[in-house]
Formats: sequence, structure tokens, C-alpha cells
Amino acid sequence: MSPDDRRYTREHEWAKLDNADSRLVSVGITAFAQDELGDIVYFDLPNAGDSVSYMVKMGEVESVKAVSDLFSPVTGQIEAVNDELVDHPELVNDDPFESGWIMKVVLADLAELETLMSASEYDEYIGSN
Amino acid sequence: MLKGGSRDTGKLLMERSVPGRMGVVTPLLDVPLQPMPDASLLRDDLSLPEVSEPEVVQYFTALSQLNFSIDTQFYPLGSCTMKYNPKINDEMAFLPGFAAIHPLQPEEQSQGALELLYRLQEFLGEITGMAGVSLATLAGAHGELAGVLMMRAYHHAQGDTGRTKMAIPDSAHGTNPASAAMAGFDVVSLASDKDGNVDLEALHELAGPDLAGVMITLPSTLGLFDQNIVEVCRIVHEAGGLVYGDGANMNALLGRTKLGDLGFDVIHLNLHKTFSTPHGGGGPGAGPVCCAPILAPYLAAPVVAAGGSNGNGSVGTYSLSSPEQSIGKMSGYHGNFGVLVRAYTYIRTLGDAGIKSISGNAVLNANYLLQALKDIYYLPYDRTCMHEVVLSADWQRARGVSGLDVAKRLLDYGFHAPTMYFPLIVHEALMIEPTEAENRDTLDAFIQALRDINQESFDDPDFVHHAPHTTPVSRLDEAGAARHPDLRWRPEA
Repeated sequence: MSPDDRRYTREHEWAKLDNADSRLVSVGITAFAQDELGDIVYFDLPNAGDSVSYMVKMGEVESVKAVSDLFSPVTGQIEAVNDELVDHPELVNDDPFESGWIMKVVLADLAELETLMSASEYDEYIGSN
Repeated sequence: MLKGGSRDTGKLLMERSVPGRMGVVTPLLDVPLQPMPDASLLRDDLSLPEVSEPEVVQYFTALSQLNFSIDTQFYPLGSCTMKYNPKINDEMAFLPGFAAIHPLQPEEQSQGALELLYRLQEFLGEITGMAGVSLATLAGAHGELAGVLMMRAYHHAQGDTGRTKMAIPDSAHGTNPASAAMAGFDVVSLASDKDGNVDLEALHELAGPDLAGVMITLPSTLGLFDQNIVEVCRIVHEAGGLVYGDGANMNALLGRTKLGDLGFDVIHLNLHKTFSTPHGGGGPGAGPVCCAPILAPYLAAPVVAAGGSNGNGSVGTYSLSSPEQSIGKMSGYHGNFGVLVRAYTYIRTLGDAGIKSISGNAVLNANYLLQALKDIYYLPYDRTCMHEVVLSADWQRARGVSGLDVAKRLLDYGFHAPTMYFPLIVHEALMIEPTEAENRDTLDAFIQALRDINQESFDDPDFVHHAPHTTPVSRLDEAGAARHPDLRWRPEA
């Protein structure tokens, strides 16, 4: 069961609202995604200050199996990137929903979150795949 | 790991160094000693191993005996066509007339070599149904890059500079997107339909004035022949685009189907796969490019022309030339000539009937494996396959044994692992390509090994999860090696 305190995309990213007043969300990949990838060995991530757009490529993740594109689940400006992942990409395997967060983004439009899948919708989506 | 003194491969040469031990005794100084002009040029920290000659020979011989090769074991590495390389290929390449010539030698002194290149161009053109051939590219992906550069040059020559997109099916070879991106195209992924063919609706949506072309691997990396291929070519051509063919899987089609007849405009061949030249280990490859007449003016230089055919030289002589709007040189000189001699020898040895029997036996062998294994390994696309079969370890994974585990365990049975986790659209993919070179005894032993491993996934999944158990080193920490690479020996502090 995916945590129901956040929203999900079909590309297996999550976005969690940290602060509604400042429109700040954390972004990461799901437990399902990290399990499919296998051991993650490298992230190619954007920089703080960069703009990201919904479902536009924001970086890459490399595992022992393959290199995959990362798509931003939201539109906005990057406030921070999780630098820990440079030396410890395994954090995303170990704890994808908390310490394995990838970036924090200030949303252009708070309502965008509502357009993403809920936890139960996402669980149904991965169950049917 | 081999044991026993200097044959112990577990110890690096640096670690066996003993002060004063040496392989060569240098003669005593018999001229007056001269001071160095600049002593700062000397360094005193050059760390070289002090070892004897027999020790070095024993060490490297022991290492060489750990090599895994097609001459020692079965090598069903999907998509790589690891077939036997007949030794006569090497004998021909070693003939002094081929081996001892210099690429800068005048053409009149190299007529034999040029004739061989010309004939190989003709053979490859005949086999693929293509009018133009350049042998100058040195590897499959190198040929891809040349091919997509030719597509770009063609569009630009028509004044058509708005074609920025290259569509590539999700069942294509992994190098295709990289080659298209290197040539400056925006890569768009094209979905497969439920049968593993290109999704025609998705293609229709992409086919427009900004589509430069598509890059198709036929058969695809699912080991399947795209049943809509003629329609795919028609749709792309109607939209003004070109069709690139990745010929890496030509082993399935040799003597049966010509890509040119199906509608492909430009393709590459991997001589180190289909035409039995050596491969892997960083050795030289060859990825000739073959094309339809409209693209021939753009071929990479040089190509070999026969005298009299294009106004050059006299009849019966051969010369190097550059196609009029060539994309230029893709390599120094004329490609990997020794490899081209081997491929030519292979084609001449086999002849028409032999060439046709390659594809027949390669496809038969793959389907033999498919039928013998599909009851215990999930077959995601239940169709007659071509030269390779893509199975999935999904059923084993449910018992705690992944595709990686199955592949590692196969090493204990003396087999090379199949390609794993590719194509990406198949979960836990195991991509197995037996080639035509293996007999039924080997295939049966391989089938038995995969059946045994499946049984182990019920009885002792943990044992499989920690395989291999009999190799010089057991399960390697792949993630650790990638995360924290430690690539250099350093003396202990």
C-alpha cells in the first residue's frame, strides 16, 4: 500500500505537499519503481533554481539493470535537491518515500496536485500492470 | 581461482613482487658513466613488480585459462549472435598479401585487396537488397550513426530542415536512441502492440512533416518479425520520412528476406555477429552501411569502385572513391580490413545454399528452446520466434529467484548467461540466442540446466539467489562496484 499523504503519476513518481502556504512539495519515486529498477547506482539530477514541468524529463536514474528517465510530477521551480543521493543512491532503495526524496519544488499552481493519482488509484494502477 | 604458487590468479602481479627478483639481467655498464643533464627528470617512486619470466608467463597463462569463449562453452547471449568463427576466416586474413599491406600503399599495388572489398560490397548489397554499400564503419553503433547522418544529409539536401524527430520502437536495439541523439535528432519512443509489432496507430500519430524517420530492428529485440513491416515503411514514406534498419539481427533473415525489398532505405550490418568475425574483448568490429539508391550519394567514404563502371580507371582495376555528397570519413583508411577479409571468406565458404541454412538453423534452434521451456518460463509473446527467444523469470521471481539469479546460476552449469532485463518492455527478461552453430546435444543440456534451476527455485531459492558457487569468484557486489568503483591497485600504506 502506497502512503496516502501524497499524489502519484503513471511514471511512478510521487509528490507530497510539505507546506501549503509556500506551495512546497517533496518529489521522489515510489517503492514499486525502486523495486522494478533494482539496486540504484547513480542519479543525474537537476539543480536548485531550475524549472521543471509536469511530465517533462528532469533527470535520469541508473540501476544495475538499466538507465531510466525521471519525469517531474509537477510544474514549478526547484527549491532543493537531495545531495545525499550523490554518494548514497541506495537511500532510494531503502527508503523511497522519506529519506530517499529527490527534490523539493515550489509549485506554480497548488491545484496541479489534485490532477495526480491518489494512493488508492496508484495502487490499482500498478496492480493492473 | 587456480591455486598453486605463481599460478594463483587471486594475487595481482604487484602483490607477488619480491625485491631483487627479475626476468632480465641487464649487461654490465661498459661505457663511461655520464651524469643526467637534469636530475629532476628522474623519479624514484616508479613502482614496478619484481618478478621472474616464468612467473609472469604462468600467471598470465593461468588467467587466460579462465577465459570464457565460444570455443570453450555455449554462449547464448541474446542479440549478440555469439556464433562459431570458422578458423579458415583467420587463415585467409593472415595471408601475407592481405596481412602485410599498408593502407597508404598505392592503389596499383593493392588491387587484390581492393577487389576483395569491392566483391564484399557486392555480396552485402545482394544479401540485403540494397544498391549502395560502404565498409568504412567499424561497429554496429558506428554504422547506425553513419546511417542517421545520411538520413539527415538527404533531408537537408531536399531543403527539408524541419524534420527533427526520430521515432524508435521500444523493442529496438538500445544503441538506436543514442545514435539518433548523437546525430542531433529528438528521439520519440514508439510503443509496441500486444503482439510485439510496432503500434500502427501510434506511428500514424507521429508521421508528419517533422518526422525524419524511424529506426527499426528487424527482427525486433523480442525476437519477433514485425508482421506490419511493409505497412510501417509505407506510412513513414508517405509522410516524407525514411526507414532505418538495424541489421544486428540479420542472422534470422539471411537468404530469406531482403530488407531493401521490404522498404528499408538504409541499414547497417554487424559483420562480427552475422558474418562470423570475432567479437567482444575490445577487438575490431565492422558495421557496414547499405542503402537504397536515393541515399547512395551520401555514403561514408571511401567506397571501392570497379574500373570502367564510373569512368574511373581501366576495366578490371579497382579504385577508392568518395560518393559525391558523402557524409565524409567515419574512420581512418578503409575500415577494419582484416575483419572484412574474414566476412568475405565466410560468405564464399558458405555460398548461396549455406547462407540460407544459417537463418533456417538459427530460427529452428531458438524455437526448439522456446517449445522446450515455455511450460516453466513465462513466454510473454506466444508466437513463433526468429533467431532468439525472450522468456521471463516472472514465475521464478514469485518464488524469490530473479532473472539475474537464474543467469548467475547458469554459470555453475558451464553456460554463459543470456542477456538479462532487455528488452525493457519484458519483466525479468531472459533473452536467449542459441545461433545455428550449436547442435541438439548442447541445446538439450542447456534446456536441462534451465529446468533444474526452475526446480531449485522451488526447493532452495536461497541457493540460487547466492549463485554462482563454482566460479573463480562467486556473486559479485555489482551495486557496490558501480556506486564506489575501486579500479586501481595501490601499495599498502
